[in-house]
Amino acid sequence: MMEKKPNALLTWIDARFPLSKMWKEHLSEYYAPKNFNFWYFFGSLALLVLVIQIVTGIFLVMNYKPSATEAFASVEYIMRDVPWGNLIRYMHSTGASAFFIVVYLHMFRGLMYGSYQKPRELIWIFGMLIYVALMAEAFMGYLLPWGQMSFWGAQVIINLFGAISEPLAEWIRGDFVIADATLNRFFSFHVIAVPLILLGLVVAHIIALHEVGSNNPDGIDIKANKDENGIPKDGIPFHPYYTVKDIVGVVVFLIFFFAVVFFKPEFWGWFLEKDNFIPADPLKTPEHIVPLWYFTPFYAILRAVPSQLGGVLMMGAAIIMLFLLPWLDRGKVRSIRYRGGIYKTMLTLFVISFLALGYLGTQPATPILTNFARVFTIIYFVFFLAMPWYTRIDRTKPVPERVTFK
Amino acid sequence: MKKLIALFIAFVVPAMALASGGKLMYKADIDLTNTASLQRGAKIFVNYCMGCHSLKYMSYGRMARDLKLSEDMVLENLMLRWGADKKIGAYMTIPMPAEEAKKWFVAVPPDLSLVARSRGKDWLYSYLLTFYVDDKRPFGMNNLTFKNANMPHVLWQLEGLKKAVFRKEKGHDGKEHEVFDRFEYLTKGSMTPDQYKQAVRDLVTFLAYVGEPGRLAHQRLGVWVLLFLAVFFVVAYMLKKEYWRDVH
Repeated sequence: MMEKKPNALLTWIDARFPLSKMWKEHLSEYYAPKNFNFWYFFGSLALLVLVIQIVTGIFLVMNYKPSATEAFASVEYIMRDVPWGNLIRYMHSTGASAFFIVVYLHMFRGLMYGSYQKPRELIWIFGMLIYVALMAEAFMGYLLPWGQMSFWGAQVIINLFGAISEPLAEWIRGDFVIADATLNRFFSFHVIAVPLILLGLVVAHIIALHEVGSNNPDGIDIKANKDENGIPKDGIPFHPYYTVKDIVGVVVFLIFFFAVVFFKPEFWGWFLEKDNFIPADPLKTPEHIVPLWYFTPFYAILRAVPSQLGGVLMMGAAIIMLFLLPWLDRGKVRSIRYRGGIYKTMLTLFVISFLALGYLGTQPATPILTNFARVFTIIYFVFFLAMPWYTRIDRTKPVPERVTFK
Repeated sequence: MKKLIALFIAFVVPAMALASGGKLMYKADIDLTNTASLQRGAKIFVNYCMGCHSLKYMSYGRMARDLKLSEDMVLENLMLRWGADKKIGAYMTIPMPAEEAKKWFVAVPPDLSLVARSRGKDWLYSYLLTFYVDDKRPFGMNNLTFKNANMPHVLWQLEGLKKAVFRKEKGHDGKEHEVFDRFEYLTKGSMTPDQYKQAVRDLVTFLAYVGEPGRLAHQRLGVWVLLFLAVFFVVAYMLKKEYWRDVH
């Protein structure tokens, strides 16, 4: 029994902690469909970005000072005087935007292949909660450099809560205006509370996924076709097949990521805004207050509604719609490959309006642009609200028995 | 290499690369690797700008190192107002009290450590080239890039004084607007217009450096990181191919 030393250690551990069992369940004997395509890289990439953000964040906190009088200067200290400080800071600022790019593509994958459908509703719900937590994390993190855009961006968003009730906005700020108290609590949430929630949700997301198994571009249940050993015929062990494949995805991602980090960290003002190189000044409002690009679709929806309270509610509804997706979709097939023309058209329109709203959210709200935003807002909501109807009447194609591979 | 990568990104995400802001009159066209230009810019800054503007995040020592100036040279020629306590590690602050400055200039002259990042290089270059005589302003000068700026034209002795000539033009709304036509020099400066442009370019180069002193080293490191990733990609791709040969 004790021929090899590592086995002896492993046996000792396994008697006390299910190490081998977990390794098998989640990696070496987790059978994933063999037909994953390009869109299936973004889950592991999201995990990678999460790790980048946590590790760079730990190092940033070592020199950052969460105080209204010192925050801005401490960021410049990191940028100039801390060894590797500029690299770590740029990785963190680029990582924030990269996180949203990766998560948006990951969510779009779910939409295309019906990954939220039964029995994967909870995976989707956990994922949506991650998305909401991520928005909170990004929003609060953006206040910390205490630049002009940090200050005024937070001002605009917190005033939205003021539209619901002013005491609520005051309660969030901890003061009548955005001040030191606000910065301190946002710092606390950004480095402790929200990351803890995020990590917990990510674990829940993966456990739920591994319980029911991964969907695939064909939307076929691979567990319906098993061999004599009870292994899905179209499944391959996640490790080593998808670990080696994901490494390729990771390297390609890192090439793009570091190209930005090293050569265009401001990304033409989209990742680091010009006005944020000016310290926060409560007496001087910047000319254009624009939220960061990943919030702009919802910001455009907010501004499309004439009343502010109505706008806030619509913005909330826009996110709630995504949560309801598993129950709005009455389609008989999962994947876009076997859906009919109506769903394909609706999804295309949805993507166009989401991108258009994102663009409009960065522009000044002129009457013409606001009218455009209204049209796209309506399309956004019709995609969800009419879904129970159009997915049922859509003429789907027959789904094959086995997955398409090569 | 740098340009290639920047171009590539601009190509992949063209919609996001839309330039922001209004039109500027000139392009700065600076070169951060030009040490001579950086040195001249530092000299102009210390002599003409530093009476009112600090660079409080920049230390003399780092500037000396990066601009290839000797410490003694900086201590003797660039740290003029400092007393016996002067140290090369000091930050480039100024003694002007903010309260007094407010009385003199309406607003406190801002610290310029990050001005090249908040305003942009082209803006700075255009700003310093578009001062013109305007009797309606308190200091007798106005600016085309930054209308009604409170800053006097500190470099006028170098450039000389010029007036702006406007012409009337019909706009899209059918009304007549005053449009800038040309500058006309009223007095000669100690520099020719071309020399002055170069001096301003030097100054902007220096401010761009001060905005992010670590930029060049950061980019040099980036080249190695990307080269490593390119090689790693080949290895990772071959490894994947090898493993996936038995998946049918």
